[in-house]
Amino acid sequence: MNQKDMQQIPELDVAISSRVRFARNLESYPFSTRMTRAQGAEILNKVKKAMFSDKDAGFGKEFTYFEMNSMKPLDRQLLVEKHLISPEFADGKAERAAIISKDERVSILVNEEDHLRLQCIYPGMQLTEAWKRCDELDSRLDEKLGFAFDKYSGYLTCCPTNSGTGIRASVMLHLPALAMTGYIKSILETCSKVGVAVRGAYGENSEASGNMFQISNQVTLGQTEEEIIAGISNITSQISRQERMLRDELYKQNPNRFEDRVYRSLGLLQNARIMSSEESQKLLSDVRLGVIMGMIPGVDLKKISDLMLMIQPAYLQKLAGAELRPEERDQRRADMLRKNLGVGSLQ
Amino acid sequence: MICQQCHMREANVHYTQIINGNKVEMYLCSQCAEEKGKLTFSPQLSLGSLLWGFGPGGGADYPGIGKQPVLRCDMCGMSFDDFRRLGKLGCPNCYRVFRDNLEPILRRLHGSAEHTGKMPARMADEIKTSNELKRLKAELASAVENEQYEKAAELRDRIREIENSGKSGGV
Repeated sequence: MNQKDMQQIPELDVAISSRVRFARNLESYPFSTRMTRAQGAEILNKVKKAMFSDKDAGFGKEFTYFEMNSMKPLDRQLLVEKHLISPEFADGKAERAAIISKDERVSILVNEEDHLRLQCIYPGMQLTEAWKRCDELDSRLDEKLGFAFDKYSGYLTCCPTNSGTGIRASVMLHLPALAMTGYIKSILETCSKVGVAVRGAYGENSEASGNMFQISNQVTLGQTEEEIIAGISNITSQISRQERMLRDELYKQNPNRFEDRVYRSLGLLQNARIMSSEESQKLLSDVRLGVIMGMIPGVDLKKISDLMLMIQPAYLQKLAGAELRPEERDQRRADMLRKNLGVGSLQ
Repeated sequence: MICQQCHMREANVHYTQIINGNKVEMYLCSQCAEEKGKLTFSPQLSLGSLLWGFGPGGGADYPGIGKQPVLRCDMCGMSFDDFRRLGKLGCPNCYRVFRDNLEPILRRLHGSAEHTGKMPARMADEIKTSNELKRLKAELASAVENEQYEKAAELRDRIREIENSGKSGGV
């Protein structure tokens, strides 16, 4: 994707990505938490056949099959960092596979908490697009696999918090201005009152890093998919609007302080020799804000989003072609950031 | 005192964390405390046991000794007590077997216990028909009550028509 394509992505100044996932299960098997490995293997085979072997399974061509047990831990970790699989899924304990589209926007996780988790992730504010793509895949797979469904509880899932539509719609927002002024707290409180969850960058059980917040629906039963998608789109757009206004306001109040923060962070990234993952996320968050405010002409959002991925442990080790100790990673990370953001690279 | 996290080693750290503005205190061993420094706190309560507090009887009979016969799924063998403990169901059939007990829980979680969204294509017609019948029957009852006999006759014919078409169609 080049800079021009990036400019056409809606609301990319605040919305990093939009993600929709469907939880689905096969009718005549126990849920993943209660099934035997043999049953897990059967399900894996059925899904594989539905995707790749059936006559009309031509759409499988755009997907690649990754069996978790035969992957190196580092490669699995890389899929986690790209948000294509969940951290729990990567533990390699069961018969699991991820079927991932070539454009890395769609992934099908087999034998996670539910037999199937269909996930679609798009850059920027594109929840409807992500949902439609997932929905189409769901209908095609349902014809072949027959998902467990009941007219009262909808799609039946291992955890009752997911039953009904089985949909989780989420948008990852970059909220540096709301976070730095502390307004974020009241927004998060308001969200929880209307059944909307706010989490850190890596889904459940993680802290917000680099001022990234994931906004998602909690209710999955009793609302239609359209209502859920519209609700989350609406709430995230409102939050984004607040964030934009606050960014402008902060700049107007004290341009010098604002610029100081951005250029100070850029300076550290351009010069430091040791850089932890956490510190670089924080600094990149400031630089991203500076790029959007037009303060750093040589850097575009594409570069920042690439760097946010590249600073992560598995990605660094993949680039290095070797396993690295944490101290080595911190050095490599600093080297990589200097190379990409260093004074010489921006001209 | 034993560590509240691993329940194995001796606790020697008084661990305090602020989560969403609330102070959470725990007694941990140094190993678990170090781990906790990296992770957010996850309470040792299952969703099932928390939600049962809202179930029939307000959870008064938890953990449920002998008051009611043990409700067990005939497909996967899971009992409703297992669900309360784990917060997860065993198989799709559990939803049917435990329907009455699950309903208040679903209502608490979602504010509703009735699905209104997408349905598999293979079931869509069947469900639409059954919903239509339900609606017509309710209308018929109210028509009879309001002595609108002409309307009631029309509704009755329409209901018969739908019911018969289901039979002859071999659905």
